[in-house]
Amino acid sequence: MKKLLLSTAMLAATALPSFAQGYTPDPNATPGGMITVTYKDDVATLDPAIGYDWQNWSMIKSLFDGLMDYVPGTTELRPGLAESYDVSEDGTVFTFKLRSGVTFHNGREMTAEDVKYSLDRVTNPETQSPGAGFFASIAGFDEISSGEADSLSGVEVIDPLTVKITLSRPDATFLHVAALNFASVVPKEAIEEWGTDFGKHPVGTGAFKLGEWTIGQRLVFEKNADYWRDGVPYLDGVTFEVGQEPIVALLRLQQGEVDVPGDGIPPAKFQEVMGDPAQASRVVEGGQLHTGYITLNVGMEPLDQLPVREAINMAINKERITQIINGRAVPATQPLPPSMPGYTEGYEGYAFDVDGAKAKLAEAGLEDGFTTELYVMNTDPNPRIAQAIQQDLKAIGVDVEIRSLAQANVIEAGGAGQAPMIWSGGMAWIADFPDASNFYGPILGCAGAGEGGWNWSKFCDESIDTMATEADSFTDPSAPERLEMWSEVYQKVMEQAPWVPVFNEQRYTMKSERMGGEDALYVDPVSIPVNYDYVFVTE
Amino acid sequence: MAGYLFRRLVQSALILLGVSFITFLLLYVLPADPVRQIAGRSATAQTVENIREQLGLDQPMLVQYGRYLTGLVQGDMGRSYLQKTEVSSLIAARLPASLLLMAGGIACELLIGLTFGIVAAIYRGRPLDQGLMVTSFVAVSAPQFVVGLLLLYLFAVRLGWFPIGGYGTFAHLVLPALTLGIMGSGWYSRMMRSSMIDVLRQDYIRTARAKGLSRRRVLLRHALPNAILPIIAMIGIDIGIFMGGIVVVESVFGWPGIGQLAWQAIQRVDIPIIMGVTMVSAAAIVLGNLIADLVTPFIDPRIKLR
Repeated sequence: MKKLLLSTAMLAATALPSFAQGYTPDPNATPGGMITVTYKDDVATLDPAIGYDWQNWSMIKSLFDGLMDYVPGTTELRPGLAESYDVSEDGTVFTFKLRSGVTFHNGREMTAEDVKYSLDRVTNPETQSPGAGFFASIAGFDEISSGEADSLSGVEVIDPLTVKITLSRPDATFLHVAALNFASVVPKEAIEEWGTDFGKHPVGTGAFKLGEWTIGQRLVFEKNADYWRDGVPYLDGVTFEVGQEPIVALLRLQQGEVDVPGDGIPPAKFQEVMGDPAQASRVVEGGQLHTGYITLNVGMEPLDQLPVREAINMAINKERITQIINGRAVPATQPLPPSMPGYTEGYEGYAFDVDGAKAKLAEAGLEDGFTTELYVMNTDPNPRIAQAIQQDLKAIGVDVEIRSLAQANVIEAGGAGQAPMIWSGGMAWIADFPDASNFYGPILGCAGAGEGGWNWSKFCDESIDTMATEADSFTDPSAPERLEMWSEVYQKVMEQAPWVPVFNEQRYTMKSERMGGEDALYVDPVSIPVNYDYVFVTE
Repeated sequence: MAGYLFRRLVQSALILLGVSFITFLLLYVLPADPVRQIAGRSATAQTVENIREQLGLDQPMLVQYGRYLTGLVQGDMGRSYLQKTEVSSLIAARLPASLLLMAGGIACELLIGLTFGIVAAIYRGRPLDQGLMVTSFVAVSAPQFVVGLLLLYLFAVRLGWFPIGGYGTFAHLVLPALTLGIMGSGWYSRMMRSSMIDVLRQDYIRTARAKGLSRRRVLLRHALPNAILPIIAMIGIDIGIFMGGIVVVESVFGWPGIGQLAWQAIQRVDIPIIMGVTMVSAAAIVLGNLIADLVTPFIDPRIKLR
């Protein structure tokens, strides 16, 4: 094993420069033009340490950069502000060599001090970053999060263009973490100037800078002419109009006033759009790192019995549920979505089998069924999906009462372990970064099973946890052995059936006729809805 | 008069205090934890506790309420949990849009309501009157989100006369103001009709007719000013009704006002914003009613304020 670790580490360190700029931009791309993107909700903040929602995630990606980044349209890592990096043999020391001549939007040159400052800031509890926990493997994290220290001892500035990060344990996901928005490099002086209002006055190194922000109405991003990646962005700017209902956004798109409806195609209009060839041709479909599931609380009777959980798994007609959402998903067999590295090809999970399910219930001594509750978020189509689940379970004699509540209340009930079953729709796990581990720790591992955690099944199997930890101590996140271990972890989880994986949602992004750039950019796994840096307009 | 005003102001302050307490209590007992919304799904227990402590949400409810109130009387409405900005600046940025929408709504309801009421009174008992009254009844009963979407579909999508949602020009204002005003126009047309009928029965109208004045002059110069007075006093009360309506209308039309702000905050348990918008709306309602009461004696000298 030791040898394997060594070789993969070397491979990662030496192979890097070759794929460093491994993306060929579209030869037909033309610079210039503005596009209009709409959203229903106001943009909460553009502070990369704070922003953690659907809409500001991709905006922040275009305003800021981190040490690492992804090849556009893929889940493949590439260096960002780091020109290259080097990993120690044991996988605990990462030395990043920064690009020289990168400037912030305020004109100042970015240095290793900024990297250190940014990591200290995001992990400092006073920042209240929802992403602080991602950095837990950096040495000194515990001290900073408990308030004993105000700087991470594991992050050292070697010289103005070199930063060394020491981990307290090997962490295969660290390079992904370094590519998260939370790891974006921010200038200290701007944060000191604006304080907690930095989120309204963001200053980064990204492809765009914030031009105008009229609260509740619009944000305008302007092209950063000095962007360190040559040739991009193509667009002169992006206008985000907020406060627009998805249905209104779609109507405006049809009239040519909007280029990308950020909230997607409203469910009620989906069939109409897909049935019209002119509109359907402007829809891009792609996978999404998403799984919709039903959690089965292993701490509550009678769901604490494995045969009962297996019975529920076998009773759900997933095919029919995907039809409720107009076939915008594929039935799932396991926690990981198919486009995630580590997905087990050919694993069948629990096939739909009503008689088998009844037999399993009988095995648990519950021939006559039982009564339970299903919590669900109260926005369409979730209550309809809950009804389908209710009918499926009725067929095996299980009476389900539906508790349809606001999102925050469902999350609360799930965290407190009060919900026997939860349909995850509207709150489902979408990966923070494209790595198999991201579907385990917080939602299936022991770490998330405590009070308030997102592991709503309260499932905790120490032997599986140990295996997950081992898989994460590789240095190369995409080592085949590691992915195999993850595949095994999820199969072992499914043996215990704490979830019913129901479907993996597909992504459908709609765009105006004038939008150019390859389809992959419109279903980019990390920049949703689109990768603003690489799309362009054709007029 | 001064004594009356003083009493009313004290009452208003007490009402606002009650509103703040009840709203705060309801938000406190809500089975949703704002700290978890802020901390996000990847937060460790330590992070959650840190945030709870920093926001003072680990304190008993009365302590939290006391702190809120202390801030409020000094004009500090707190900071939004999720937007990390002063609530007062968020509301201030959006209030003009809401006020503009309300003004538009009042103009629409008066224009439609008064016209319908006058015409109906003149043609009392005839098919036109009945038609108008049925229309008002429908207008009063129709939910605003339905009216809004219907208007949007008809005038913006099919006919293309107005923009589909948004803010900025007069054209943007027409449909949302109409949606907001339609409900009130139903009330006004009924009130105007009966008020007008009352006036038209008065002796001085008969005298005016008998003098040989034109029908038009009798209606516009003699009847209308008297019939309209009791209606004017109602506008103050409308402000309160509109405060509820703007939440719906602003969401449908993407109007960047405080109703939309409240709606978004409710979905995300952003308590300082919910409190702030509630207090501002409650203040507007109380103030509207107060103004309505103060104006009445000027309109109708028979009423005295004591």
